[in-house]
Amino acid sequence: MHFLVFIEQRNGTIKKASLETLSAAAVLAKEPASPVEAVCLGTASGLDTLGAYGASKVYHVPDSRLDLYSSTAAVKAVTAVATEYGADVVFLPATSLGRDLAPLLAVRLDAGYAADVVSLALDEGGITAVRPVFAGKAFERVRIETPRQVYTLRPNVFPALTADNMSCPVVTFDAALSEEDFTARSVGTSIAASKLDVAEATIIVSGGRGMQGPEHWHYIEDLAGVLGAATGASRAAVDAGWRPHAEQVGQTGKTVSPNLYIACGISGAIQHLAGMSSAKVIVAINKDKDAPIFQAADYGIVGDVFEVLPALTDALKRHMGS
Amino acid sequence: MNIFVCISHVPDTTTKIIIGQDGKSIDRTEVTYILNPYDEFAIEAGLQWKESKGGEVTAVCVGSPEVKETIRKAFAMGVDKGIHIVTDSPFDSYGTARALADTLRERRPDVVFCGRQSIDYDGWQVPGMLAELLGMPAVTVVSSLELREDGTFTAERDIEGGKETIVSRLPALISAQKGLNNPRYPKLQGIMAAKKKPIEDVPAVQTPPRVRVLEMFKPPLKSGGRIVGEGAGAVPELVRLLHEEAKVI
Repeated sequence: MHFLVFIEQRNGTIKKASLETLSAAAVLAKEPASPVEAVCLGTASGLDTLGAYGASKVYHVPDSRLDLYSSTAAVKAVTAVATEYGADVVFLPATSLGRDLAPLLAVRLDAGYAADVVSLALDEGGITAVRPVFAGKAFERVRIETPRQVYTLRPNVFPALTADNMSCPVVTFDAALSEEDFTARSVGTSIAASKLDVAEATIIVSGGRGMQGPEHWHYIEDLAGVLGAATGASRAAVDAGWRPHAEQVGQTGKTVSPNLYIACGISGAIQHLAGMSSAKVIVAINKDKDAPIFQAADYGIVGDVFEVLPALTDALKRHMGS
Repeated sequence: MNIFVCISHVPDTTTKIIIGQDGKSIDRTEVTYILNPYDEFAIEAGLQWKESKGGEVTAVCVGSPEVKETIRKAFAMGVDKGIHIVTDSPFDSYGTARALADTLRERRPDVVFCGRQSIDYDGWQVPGMLAELLGMPAVTVVSSLELREDGTFTAERDIEGGKETIVSRLPALISAQKGLNNPRYPKLQGIMAAKKKPIEDVPAVQTPPRVRVLEMFKPPLKSGGRIVGEGAGAVPELVRLLHEEAKVI
């Protein structure tokens, strides 16, 4: 098998989820040794450092029209690289960009596609992948039956491993894109620079109905600030108009896999649990000792969020300081 | 304008998932089905375009005979016509996209709306695959949309930490994210009319599955969950546990 990993850049910076994806492919390729190559579109620097994450070569399409995402052009460019160099398995991070591009690529390559994979294995029958279904209420183990295969890997699940400081060759590839190829193109992004997204964060502090209103969100934000965490919200808090939908964790929001998830005033409806139960460690703070969130949590404090949160913020400030 | 909305028939979000006898699918006996929540935004988008630009809205659904009830929910919101692509055996995402593409191609859609994902298998792939099979651009996870007279449009899609502005042109496929609009509630008149609207049955051509499910299983239950204590007094112990035991801070 010949692996190709899509490296996502935004504003010329390689996204961490791409490094995780590359590392996971490199781990899988060890036995038997399969080539792992990478492809990156648009202006980007430091691509030779991808060697440290397991890439043997990077194909770079430096066309500056690809600096911002264009699905129609990206699918053409990646298909051209995969076809030219005989890659039969393509991995992408399951980011907003990867999830948009992967299905297009699967059709172009006549490949089967497994999305949002959380575990990969290789045996004599080929690759098997585990992926959540029903927002994490269950998992399925799948095998792609077609010779060519596409996988997207969920961010924050696979570690980004640097094996050594090896750099790898970067080969410039001309994808021969014409203006016609940019039928759908990004003309800009608006990203709050200070704001960490729940889908990418390693720590999330999340609030629910128990916060009683948006005016109390400073309790959540203060704790998140101390931990360098993203702020999340339950559906109840979003539907009440307290918080934007982008922060919603759960079945109709985002499914997240942080190292630490702190649920504050969240009762733990099944839809919410589905979205966050794959967090490595879950802390619940709720005044109702019978709230279902305590069943999903590793550690719980029964109490008033307005008393516990400031105490926790202070204690963590001291802890971080020491 | 020839507007199509692809909809799916999915287990209610409150459903407790039980693995079926075969170990590869869910037990469907106690499951209540709903119109996929994201498809409501897609239907609303289609209806709004019809109201401002004219034309008709057709809902398309792939599945067994039960999906007709979901098509009728779309009718109750105001959708004009329904197409039921009939199959008894479940399709994988590619099979679904193929069946939809085979049906839609000759009907020459100006726009195809979908929900960003169906909340059962969470594949996030039917919209993109369908667009690619139809040879039109896909703009996915759209939370704001503006169509111009010349058929070009500007859409905002949700990305990590913000929005991305996409410019494209019709014909196109657009997948809807929550926030795109406020889906209307069916009125009694709409519910009555839904019973009389026609649903066209189209046989599905079976495509060999590209992805085979080997097994389905439930996530392991958390067993170590414990109440550290009550109120602010429990905070020092929690911090100690997070640092020494869980090692996350």
